[in-house]
Amino acid sequence: MKVLVAVKRVVDFNVKIRVKADGTGVETANVKMSMNPFDEIGVEEAVRLKEAGKATEVIAISLGLPQVQETIRTALAMGADRGIHVQTDVELQPLAVAKLIKAVVDKEKPEICILGKQAIDDDANQTGQMLSALLGWSQGCFASKLAINGDGTANVTREVDGGLETVTLKLPLVLTTDLRLNEPRYASLPNIMKAKKKPIETLTPEQLGVDPAPRLKTLKVGEPPKRKSGVKVKSVAELVDKLRNEAKVI
Amino acid sequence: MRVLLLAEHDNAALKPATLNAVTAAKEIGGELVLLVAGQACRPAAEAAAAVPGVAKVLLADDALYAHRLAENLAKLLVQLSGDYTHVIAPATSSGKNVMPRVAALLDVAQISEISAVVSPDTFVRTIYAGNALATVQSAERIKVITVRMTGFDAAPASGGSAAVEAIGAAGDAGLSRFVGQDLSKNERPELTSARIVVSGGRGMQSGDNFKLLEAVADKLGAAVGASRAAVDAGFVPNDYQVGQTGKVVAPDLYIAVGISGAIQHLAGMKDSKVIVAINKDEDAPIFQVADYGLVADLFQAVPELTKELSK
Repeated sequence: MKVLVAVKRVVDFNVKIRVKADGTGVETANVKMSMNPFDEIGVEEAVRLKEAGKATEVIAISLGLPQVQETIRTALAMGADRGIHVQTDVELQPLAVAKLIKAVVDKEKPEICILGKQAIDDDANQTGQMLSALLGWSQGCFASKLAINGDGTANVTREVDGGLETVTLKLPLVLTTDLRLNEPRYASLPNIMKAKKKPIETLTPEQLGVDPAPRLKTLKVGEPPKRKSGVKVKSVAELVDKLRNEAKVI
Repeated sequence: MRVLLLAEHDNAALKPATLNAVTAAKEIGGELVLLVAGQACRPAAEAAAAVPGVAKVLLADDALYAHRLAENLAKLLVQLSGDYTHVIAPATSSGKNVMPRVAALLDVAQISEISAVVSPDTFVRTIYAGNALATVQSAERIKVITVRMTGFDAAPASGGSAAVEAIGAAGDAGLSRFVGQDLSKNERPELTSARIVVSGGRGMQSGDNFKLLEAVADKLGAAVGASRAAVDAGFVPNDYQVGQTGKVVAPDLYIAVGISGAIQHLAGMKDSKVIVAINKDEDAPIFQVADYGLVADLFQAVPELTKELSK
C-alpha cells in the first residue's frame, strides 16, 4: 500500500510575523521557513506505517515555488521514499491544492493520503476534507490515532470539541493530523545526506489538467487591534479587588 | 439571498455556537433557514424554531445523522444547497469537518472561521494565528462559510416561531461508521461559551494540580481550559486546549495560570475582555497581553485566590 503525504512550506511557527505596510499580505521575504508542524506529524505517521510493514512506499508531495523542494527534502530525510513537486507561482488556495493532489492520486493510486489538519499560515483547515470529497473517499480528520484493520477498513480516533470520537472508515481514506497523533522525529545527519539522492519528480498544473487560479480575492491584510498594556498587581487581594471594583467582571 | 445554517446541537438542545452563527447569518441578510440534522432531534429543531429571525427549520431526523459523520452530512447539505446563496456553519469541530467537504463537492471555495461580515460577499478572517486579519471576497455562486463564534454575539434563543419542516435523508455514503466516543464529563460551563475561563499551562506540573484551578473555577462558575503544553504533557484531555488549533475563546474574564503565552496560545484567547496572568516568570510573554499580571508562585497564589474569592 502506498501512502501519499502532503507537506507545506510555511513561515516558521516561532517567527513573529509582520503585516506588510501596503496591506497586501504578510512579510515572507528573509523570514525563516519550515514545514508546517501538522505536516511533520503527517510525515511521521506515514513513515511509521512503512516501518510497521503496513505501507510499502511513502511519497511526499508539495506544491508551489521551487523552494518547496526544500520542504520535500525534509520529508525525505524523515523517511519518505520519493517526492513530487507540483510547480507553479500562482497563489494556491485549498480547493486548487485539493484538485492538484487529487490529480496526482489518480496517477499514483495511494490508499492513504495524510495531510496536516491546518496550515499555520492561512489557518484554513480545508484541504484534507476537500481532497476526500473530490476522491469520493472517507475522511478521518483531526486524528489522534490511526489503526489499519485487516479487512479494508481503518479505525481513526478524532479530536472533537467534547473529547475523542472513534470512527471506522473504508479504505482508501484521507487522514488529517492533530497534535497528539505522534511526536515527529528529527532527521539524522546521515538521513539528511541520503535524502539528497532520493528522486523528486516535478509536474505542472497544466500536465495535471487543473486550473489552479485562486477563487477568493484578498482585498486587504491588516493588523489586529492591539491590547492596551496592563498593570502588575502585588498581591492576590489586590487582584481580586481590581477584578471586583475596577474591571467589574466578578 | 437565502442562507442555510447547519445548526450545532446535541439532539435535545441547540449548542451555543449556533446562536453566534445566527447573528452572522443575519448580518449577511436575506431569508434564514436552519438545518437540524440528527437522530431524535425534534427538541433541537423546536429550539431552533424559537430563535427570532429564523424563517424556517428543516428537520432531518435519521439514524444516518446520529453522529453527524461528514460523509453523510455533506451529501445532505449538497442536496439542499441549490436553493441557497450561502451555506454556513459554526466553526466547531463538526462544522470544520463537514463544510470543506460540502464546498469541494459544490466546486466552490470555503471561507473559514469568519470573524466579521463586511457585505454578503466579503468577510474578515484571521490568519497567522490571529496576528493578521484578512478581508476576503468571494464571487462563488454559493458561499460556504464557517463562523468563529467569538466574532459574533449570541442571538436571542426565544421569541420566534418558525415552522419546522421534516425532510428526508440523502442516503448513506457507505464510507464511515461511528464506533464510540470518549467525552470529558464535567458539570462546568462549556469552554467556548463560558463567561469566565481559568486555564493552566505547563507550570501546573501535573494533572492532579488542575484541582487547584477547578476550585477557583467552582467559585467563579468558570470553565477550565489549558495550553497545548499542558495537553501534550497529558495533564488534561485534548478538549481543554485553547489556542490557534484548539478552541478559540473570548470570555469576559480569562485567568491564565502557569502559561508562558506562546503565540499559538494567545491566538485562542487574546480577544477576551479582561485577561489575568499568574506566572512566576516576570518576563513571560503572557504579561504583554494581560490586563492584570501577578508575578507569583501559582502553588501559593491560586489557593489564596480561592480563599479570597470566598470572602
